Amino acid sequence: MSNASEAAGRDRIQGLGATVTPASVVYLDHAATTPVVPAALAAMTEELGQLGNPSSLHNAGRRARRVVEESRELIAEAYGARPSEVVFTGGGTEADNLAVKGLYWARRAAEPARRRVLASATEHHAVLDSVRWLAEHEHAHADWLAVQPDGVVRPATLAEAIEADPASVALISIMWANNEVGSIQPIADLAAVAAEHQIPFHSDAVQAAGQLPVSLAGTGATALTITAHKIGGPVGVGALLLAKGAQPVPVLHGGGQERDVRSGTLDVPAIRGFAAAVQVATERRDEETKRLAALRDDLITQVLAAVPDAVLNGAPPGPGRLPGNAHFSFPGCEGDALLMLLDARGIACSTGSACTAGVAQPSHVLLAMGATDSRARGSLRFSLGHSSEQADVDALGAVIGEVVERARRAAR
Amino acid sequence: MRVLAAMSGGVDSAVAAARAAAAGHDVTGVHLALSSNPSSYRTGARGCCTLEDARDARRAADVIGIPFYVWDMAERFHGDVVEDFVSEYAQGRTPNPCLRCNEKIKFAAVLDRAIALGFDAVCTGHHARLEPVPGARGLTRLVRSVDAAKDQSYVLGVLRSDQLSRAMFPLGDSTKDQVRKEAAERGLAVADKPDSHDVCFIPDGDTHGFLSRRLGSAPGPIVAVDGTVLGEHDGAFGFTIGQRKGLGIDRPSPDGKPRFVLSIEPVSRTVTVGPADALGVVEIEATRPVWSGCFAPTGSLDCSVQLRAHGEVHPAVCVQDGDVVRISLREPARGIAPGQAAVFYDGEAVLGSATIAAAR
Repeated sequence: MSNASEAAGRDRIQGLGATVTPASVVYLDHAATTPVVPAALAAMTEELGQLGNPSSLHNAGRRARRVVEESRELIAEAYGARPSEVVFTGGGTEADNLAVKGLYWARRAAEPARRRVLASATEHHAVLDSVRWLAEHEHAHADWLAVQPDGVVRPATLAEAIEADPASVALISIMWANNEVGSIQPIADLAAVAAEHQIPFHSDAVQAAGQLPVSLAGTGATALTITAHKIGGPVGVGALLLAKGAQPVPVLHGGGQERDVRSGTLDVPAIRGFAAAVQVATERRDEETKRLAALRDDLITQVLAAVPDAVLNGAPPGPGRLPGNAHFSFPGCEGDALLMLLDARGIACSTGSACTAGVAQPSHVLLAMGATDSRARGSLRFSLGHSSEQADVDALGAVIGEVVERARRAAR
Repeated sequence: MRVLAAMSGGVDSAVAAARAAAAGHDVTGVHLALSSNPSSYRTGARGCCTLEDARDARRAADVIGIPFYVWDMAERFHGDVVEDFVSEYAQGRTPNPCLRCNEKIKFAAVLDRAIALGFDAVCTGHHARLEPVPGARGLTRLVRSVDAAKDQSYVLGVLRSDQLSRAMFPLGDSTKDQVRKEAAERGLAVADKPDSHDVCFIPDGDTHGFLSRRLGSAPGPIVAVDGTVLGEHDGAFGFTIGQRKGLGIDRPSPDGKPRFVLSIEPVSRTVTVGPADALGVVEIEATRPVWSGCFAPTGSLDCSVQLRAHGEVHPAVCVQDGDVVRISLREPARGIAPGQAAVFYDGEAVLGSATIAAAR
């Protein structure tokens, strides 16, 4: 690269930096992704300089394999699984696809009459669209489980849906905690209902894994999805915690590196970073849960003080809600206008899951919870994480009143 | 000033935003999502505003170093531009959707939202200039671009002076070649992106097919001036005043000269065709006048008038009578279609506009 083009490249990055200076950003979007923790960064940086494919048989390969297996053991222990029950993937979306499609295909192959997939109406798009795809292309029948106004699926709702025709159900998928409104599902109870009928049960635990005691053995689930970048690890690596004996049909075919269920050369630096982040998150979880819940409660107090008619969506603060999540509807506002005004004031948040951001679509989660279209459009998620401080909450509290007032004028 | 730059993903709006930022304004880029089919965003289907255009706009904003957002204007666009387009054709008129988009979307819905959110102006990549109205303090008028071939003052002629006073057109002093060259110098990847020509919500360019799908088959007669039936059509919306090709008449005219569409009568769906000399009109009635570059004329106004996009200008005298402007052309003009705008000029400067309702 010439000096001139190098300088131009640098200018571009600096140009961007001028509008988003990391030091000045109040980052209230940890549910989208959270900063990499120093231990994970150090582990990955060191590993990036190392040589070796963990599938190779020579010394360099064995060294890489050892890193992968030690990481696997650490992650397994943190999430109540055996090492052989950790299947590394390229992230949460891949793990969800593998669980939903793979378990459906396997179950249908064994018993062709089993074509019903039961999933909550508030699933992340990785599950939602996988189920829809099975319905459109693989003769599956999607049964969407209704949620209560707080976003929770009652075990009785699941039981009724199964009992309508137990022999036709191939798979159940219900997320552990919702990515938008933070509602926590009674996963152990739901999994028990599934187990009564011996139906495979998958849960997308991507949002829960950093903040709650998530356990494969503890719930009796068939499969749990987790991902590194929501807990302080890198983007691009995740895992499907897959109970012994469950053998989903693969989505990716190739070398069969992961239990013949998932193929592809393992990303050793990312996996090592993932494990380091899991270790930090697990050690700090209890105190961090308390700290985040207190900060979050203060955030809710400050927002409601500035905007008395704002409505908190999801479960009330407490054991039924992710400690770092606050999600509001601001009547009379468009969510994208609020986001833009806050962004201009150095505050980062989200109108919902980042995957639907770009063009404002009313959130399917809020609609499933019974919100009107306009209430769904006028909502924002604030999510706290390991780097959040009181100053972040105070910064939001200082401007949210004025911002909401301005957004209301723009919506007329 | 706090400036909202509408960025289509094309070269003009990218350079316009870059110039506004370089002039020291606090610029925010916005791509307007206009597709009436939001699923095109998930499937990547080629719609009226594609993921590719949104991406190009985003990358231009990155290079300029300004924040960037997508605003969903699909519902407004569908109602005010697409439905209007269909209903105008259904009534035998020939609409200009770009003009309607400027009037109802860019300098109305988007401008109003921008002002309410704290912006001072909306910047676009239109080829036109703004300058103070001589002798009228504080008022801004629209002037043709220095690049006559790219001038877009006609499709902006519907704007009121309060809209113009909040507009910013940084490209009016440049030719298209200069804009492309500057885009390349600024490192904008859209520097050699081809110009868009088609109606943006009809990406395959087949307006007749689009209207047929929307309006269905509505057959009617094609007649000569003397009432002789020459043939049948499956929808009067397929025709525009002055159209020569594609009339579907197998009999040649008695004198062997080409026939042109002279009039479209929407109720009986009668399309009248005749010789070129019958196309000439000297008297035009236009409605909904807007005077942005001068006060509403109280007597007769000598000016020149442009009657279609990229059309020639005609010397004329205008008289306003209530909501109607009567335009008398000094020489006959051909192919004047109701629904098009008449834009009034004093030399290069736009005085105002009105919508053509009738011509004879």
